Amino acid sequence: MRGSFSTITKMFSAGAVTAGLLMSVPARAADDTIKVGILHSLSGTMAISETTLKDAMLMLIEEQNAKGGLLGKKLEAVVVDPASNWPLFAEKARELVSKDNVAAVFGCWTSVSRKSVLPVFSELDNILFYPVQYEGEESERNVFYTGAAPNQQAIPAVDYLMSEDGGSVKRWVLEGTDYVYPRTTNKILEAYLKAKGVAAEDIMVNYTPFGFSDWQTEVAAIKKFGSAGKKTAVVSTVNGDANVPFYKELGNQGIKAEDIPVMAFSVGEEELAGLDTAPLVGHLAAWNYFQSIDTPENAKFIADWHKFIKNDKRTTNDPMEAHYVGFNMWVKAVEKAGTTDPDKVIDAVVGVSVPNLTGGYSTMMPNHHITKPVLIGEIQADGQFETVSQTSGLVMGDEWSDYLADSKDLISDWRAPLSCGNFNVATGKCGGKGTN
Amino acid sequence: MILTRAIGLTLLLLLGMLSPSNAAEADLRAIIAKFATASNFSATEAVVRELAATGDTAVERPLGALAEGDLYVRKADSLVFIGKAAGGSVELLDPLSGEKSGDAAKSEITKIKVNNTLRRAVRDALGTLTLGAKDPAARIAAADTMFKTPDATNIEPLDAAIASETVASVKALLEQARAASVLVSDRPEADKLAAVALIGGRGDRNALSLLTAVEANSEGAVKDAATAAIANINSTLALWDAGQNIWYGISLGSVLLLAAIGLAITFGVMGVINMAHGEMVMLGAYTTFVVQEVIRNSFPGLFDWSLVIALPLAFSVAALVGLVIERGVIRFLYGRPLETLLATWGVSLILQQAVRTIFGPTNQEVGNPSWMSGSFYIGQLAVTWNRLWILVFALGVFAVLLYVMKRTPWGLQMRAVTANRRMAASMGIRTPWVDALTFALGSGIAGIAGVALSQIDNVSPNLGRGYIIDSFMVVVFGGVGNLWGTLVGAFSLGIVNKFLEPYAGAVLGKIVVLVLIILFIQKRPRGLFALKGRSVEA
Repeated sequence: MRGSFSTITKMFSAGAVTAGLLMSVPARAADDTIKVGILHSLSGTMAISETTLKDAMLMLIEEQNAKGGLLGKKLEAVVVDPASNWPLFAEKARELVSKDNVAAVFGCWTSVSRKSVLPVFSELDNILFYPVQYEGEESERNVFYTGAAPNQQAIPAVDYLMSEDGGSVKRWVLEGTDYVYPRTTNKILEAYLKAKGVAAEDIMVNYTPFGFSDWQTEVAAIKKFGSAGKKTAVVSTVNGDANVPFYKELGNQGIKAEDIPVMAFSVGEEELAGLDTAPLVGHLAAWNYFQSIDTPENAKFIADWHKFIKNDKRTTNDPMEAHYVGFNMWVKAVEKAGTTDPDKVIDAVVGVSVPNLTGGYSTMMPNHHITKPVLIGEIQADGQFETVSQTSGLVMGDEWSDYLADSKDLISDWRAPLSCGNFNVATGKCGGKGTN
Repeated sequence: MILTRAIGLTLLLLLGMLSPSNAAEADLRAIIAKFATASNFSATEAVVRELAATGDTAVERPLGALAEGDLYVRKADSLVFIGKAAGGSVELLDPLSGEKSGDAAKSEITKIKVNNTLRRAVRDALGTLTLGAKDPAARIAAADTMFKTPDATNIEPLDAAIASETVASVKALLEQARAASVLVSDRPEADKLAAVALIGGRGDRNALSLLTAVEANSEGAVKDAATAAIANINSTLALWDAGQNIWYGISLGSVLLLAAIGLAITFGVMGVINMAHGEMVMLGAYTTFVVQEVIRNSFPGLFDWSLVIALPLAFSVAALVGLVIERGVIRFLYGRPLETLLATWGVSLILQQAVRTIFGPTNQEVGNPSWMSGSFYIGQLAVTWNRLWILVFALGVFAVLLYVMKRTPWGLQMRAVTANRRMAASMGIRTPWVDALTFALGSGIAGIAGVALSQIDNVSPNLGRGYIIDSFMVVVFGGVGNLWGTLVGAFSLGIVNKFLEPYAGAVLGKIVVLVLIILFIQKRPRGLFALKGRSVEA
């Protein structure tokens, strides 16, 4: 029953897609622009992070137009505001694809917003570029993940803390906000630490609600956990707004980075802008880009950004770089395919290589994740990060973690003939975890 | 690593004996020059150790600068300087004398990178060097560092320092540091037992941390003594933990009180379900931000006064906005709670988006004045200054508000209108204006709460969102229309929350508190302190 139903749905959607294409072709030919959708919250709780990405996309599109556009046509940005409201993300995505006929969409920040738009993109067969570091355990045909997978951020960060340079940490506090990204990341990290021989009593996991502001008890607990005679570090997946009070409390209770360093995965230049960072010097963050990176590409990017936003104090951050890389990949793939037709572009993107801002090249892999360098930075008194460690080469995004029992056998390869996002190498079948 | 340090310190002692006049300046310069060629962190660390090993106090300046990230290498001649950013360029200072020796553009020099391990190495090195410093604070810092990083070679310099120490409190710290070093040395058991007793007497987390390590690495009588001392410290700390929970609860309570007290007026006294209450708090916080920006740019000397200056301004801004909302929207909706709820919700969205448009969506930096930074200890209880001041401030606001309500003619009119609007009107009270001013007062109080909350929370357009639910919870729990209820409600919720948090975690703790409130409201629908009177039902 279920099978026949889904076949019927498939036939319907295929029909709908064909009809949509037939109808949209003349519409597209009529005007001389290629539309690009921008799906970032401009109001509500996530506006703090996502507005910047919207502006970054507008800048990239403007620059591309100044270079003569794409396929001889001008690019046109279509901006919508999903207002930090997860169901509205799906609605707005549908509006972008079916009403505005965009060629691709750049957007989303939280994992829950991405999950909410996934069915829309697979149903209407369009493309989403997702620019934020995330928990992995996903690979979709219509989505390109330009942010870091856990092995491109979390695992190297923990490796650094375990190394002699990082202080040979033996005891771990995994502190996070209570939602899917921290929970999955911490699950992976816990498994990884245990595989490295860390005892269960040397790991403390704690979660706090979104926007948490009273950190006294948590910071005191960290202090207590850290006084067991072993070098202790905090790995923080605390998200967004809760970070400022967290760091203020750390500073006030006198936890210094030399004693108990805090390694954060969601704290970038933007989050530090609201803080006096002098008491925080030495606390760490792991990203694939820092504004302080000294390369000509980055210097140009920062100068362009300041000119575009008309404010010299605005910072750049990792997700902006992810959009920079993602947008250039899309442009290159469209040029390669000679069309903006999503099906052709999806095939053309894999293998495309574009310069990133850290002085190398990032390549789109068959699992729709990209290769990136991993950087560990220490917070400086001026609110910037200074790189203290960098992976020697590029790290390829691993969507299905090797440290979780139910995903370690899965791989993803969207090239023909496999064309599968969750191929189980043990059973030799496509499907399993992540099949909807 | 310990071996190199041991060698370094022995060298230090030897040098101290051989040349009382310290190493020659030229030698120091030769060592400092090696920073320029150190290619990685461990190479830099080796140079740090070499500098420390000279035992010359002159190395304090370059090492301190290194830890601060102020040490640079000039690209042209590979000379090492201390750099101070001055406008677009960097002022270069001699690393030993600190005298100015030129300027350089940022592109002409490279910073010597530091990381936490290196900073710790510098701290250890400076610790030994500053043992004989004139400033007692520096000696305390030195004793503290040596306590945390015990080393057998520290014993002799510490013995010398103890012999010449005159301040009793510093002497005690030095003796503890010596005891810590004795425990990692190969001194006889009796010495070690005395050391364990001395450290056990200290009774804090650092002592616990040290003794745990000792317990794991020793055997026989020392191990037993350490185990006993640990048990002893743990039982004392458990008591302090309870005290800490109470303090944290009081502190959370003061924040809740501040956030809710304005609402106690608008919702509690007037009965207006004001969903834009949080945005008044946010406006107060943004006023603080603007005041601080003006002070930073024009009168930097006044920074410590910024909050005092911001208070009346925040009150005025929020009160004015409150007045406009009451006259413009709410007065048409009295007696229609659902419409009021929706209308004020809309107002809150408008205010949020307006602030987002004007100031941008990102967090704004509001600094702590010096008197609100850091913490102090009462026994083992760390009390942070900002929390303490917020508690004092919250109680102050409460007292003033109570006075206004109970002792002024305006307060009397307010209470009269609340108790029986029609009778108050027939007594000649202009009820619409009392309404408007009461609402403005509640909003203004929310505004000054924003000044205080800007010290502990994000100043972003979403600031108010985080407090609105908690505020309603406090007012409903405490009893609508009763200021004392709000006070008791805020502190009891704060303390219950903080006692649950260590056991249940922050997420579950909050849920438990909510469930408890729901059960409580079932039992006593009008909260802790219900108002009595004929009109309350209406």
